[in-house]
Amino acid sequence: MIRIENLVKDFGAKRAVDGVSFAVERGEVLGFLGPNGAGKSTTMRMITGFMPPSSGRVTVGGHDVAESPLEAKRLIGYLPESAASYSDMTVRGFLNFAAEMRGLRGAARNTAVGRVVELCFLQSVLRQSIDTLSRGYRQRTCLAQALIHDPDVLVMDEPTEGLDPNQKHEIRNLIRELGARKAIVFSTHILEEVDAACTRAIIIDRGRIVANGTPGELRSLSALAGAVTLSARGADEAKLSALGRVENLNGAFRIYPRDKSKVSDLAQAVVDLVAREGWKVEGMYSERGELDEVFRRITLPDTVK
Amino acid sequence: MRIVWTIVKRELAAYFTSPVAYVFLVIFLLLTGFFTFTAGNFFERGEASLAAFFGWHPWLYLVLVPAVGMRVWAEERRSGTIELLLTLPVATWQAIAAKFLASWLFLALALALTFPAIVTVNVLGDPDNGVILAGYLGSWLLAGAYLAVSCMTSAMTRNQVVAFILSVVVCLFLVLAGFNPVTDLMVRWASPAVVDTIAAFSVVTHFDGFQRGVVDSRDLLFFLSVIGFALFATGVIIRGHRSG
Repeated sequence: MIRIENLVKDFGAKRAVDGVSFAVERGEVLGFLGPNGAGKSTTMRMITGFMPPSSGRVTVGGHDVAESPLEAKRLIGYLPESAASYSDMTVRGFLNFAAEMRGLRGAARNTAVGRVVELCFLQSVLRQSIDTLSRGYRQRTCLAQALIHDPDVLVMDEPTEGLDPNQKHEIRNLIRELGARKAIVFSTHILEEVDAACTRAIIIDRGRIVANGTPGELRSLSALAGAVTLSARGADEAKLSALGRVENLNGAFRIYPRDKSKVSDLAQAVVDLVAREGWKVEGMYSERGELDEVFRRITLPDTVK
Repeated sequence: MRIVWTIVKRELAAYFTSPVAYVFLVIFLLLTGFFTFTAGNFFERGEASLAAFFGWHPWLYLVLVPAVGMRVWAEERRSGTIELLLTLPVATWQAIAAKFLASWLFLALALALTFPAIVTVNVLGDPDNGVILAGYLGSWLLAGAYLAVSCMTSAMTRNQVVAFILSVVVCLFLVLAGFNPVTDLMVRWASPAVVDTIAAFSVVTHFDGFQRGVVDSRDLLFFLSVIGFALFATGVIIRGHRSG
């Protein structure tokens, strides 16, 4: 549904987005990760047609965003950064406006508004003006606006920013549910969201894509991935090091595989060794790798590198 | 076109959900009343016309119209809703026209509420209501020209105060270029042709005809082209800061 080829955006001498290409199909939820100022918002603004790219192409549902913007925009629902909405309007007024802007009138408008009100749990605040709403409700109101025409493509700029943990959980669940029928792109710098909602994630740093894959694939980039952590009475570091590099963690041992493709072999080898030596196991688990670590390693600021 | 109307409705509603509209209407009506009946010597003139009323409009609008127009784009930029609006399936020129039209209709309402002036002059004498109608048309076009300039300056900044000041300065030029004390001053060191050319850019020169009841197509064209030009410039400015 969304296809991006070699997207570049320059702001004066600064290159904000530098040759980004990716595609998102229906049924995919793409998490767009990166440190602040990496080019996430700029890329989303180019997808939604708010900013023209300096070079490169964006097509949405086969429509070039630069050449036929109206056709492309009809397919997109957009939640802008910090959920910008007309704060002087009531929630109902704002949603009616959004529906009418999408060509929904009369009964069709009321049905659409009713549907998103239910989807985003807005019944209790319908008559309130948006500037009196809490952050969570404001975010959901703007999300409701983006969903009013049941778009095929949903683009969200930091949809969970500033929400409390319960609200974050609700929004993530909603994203996952919607993801089954739509192509979704959302940006975040919260890594747990990748696991909670995405089918795929892209990490972008200083305008370039530095990683692209399923959450599992990204995690396996971690140095930790595939390591086995064992805590057992009687365990001997020297004997374990026959299996791979061993790290001593205050009584527990972490064994790193020599060959990442044979991760399950390592676990089996550890189990065999434990059985042979008769060590008393207190705990043992395979590390899946930590996104946090991957993220930090590949997006380190220049000052640290 | 329905989408333009949807935006017009929203904009008009926005005026009336905030105190802006009411404050503006009250101040506008108080000031027109003051200028017409006190400063304009309406009664002492002894003529059945609204010349005392319309004569002040170029000066009155100088402060009041930028106050209406300053928020049009600056507010959208400040709150970030410009991103929401321009990613809806609406062409940029439609959004610009719709927002201008909404404010212009609001000014038409303010102008319509001055109807007691027409009633007064009709009760006291026997005026030519055609002249009065032409005066109203001219006054609305004058307001439209100022408003389009305000839309343009409003698009330049996210700060409404800056937009207001810029707009007053540009409108002041549009007034002064044809204001008699200024043209008299210019005649001393510029040739009459130059003075006339500069004066031709003034709203005062073109508003005069309407006040006398003459609806000249050249004057109409002047106001419409000022509006057209300023709105076109608004589009260029918005495109400029969208592309970064």
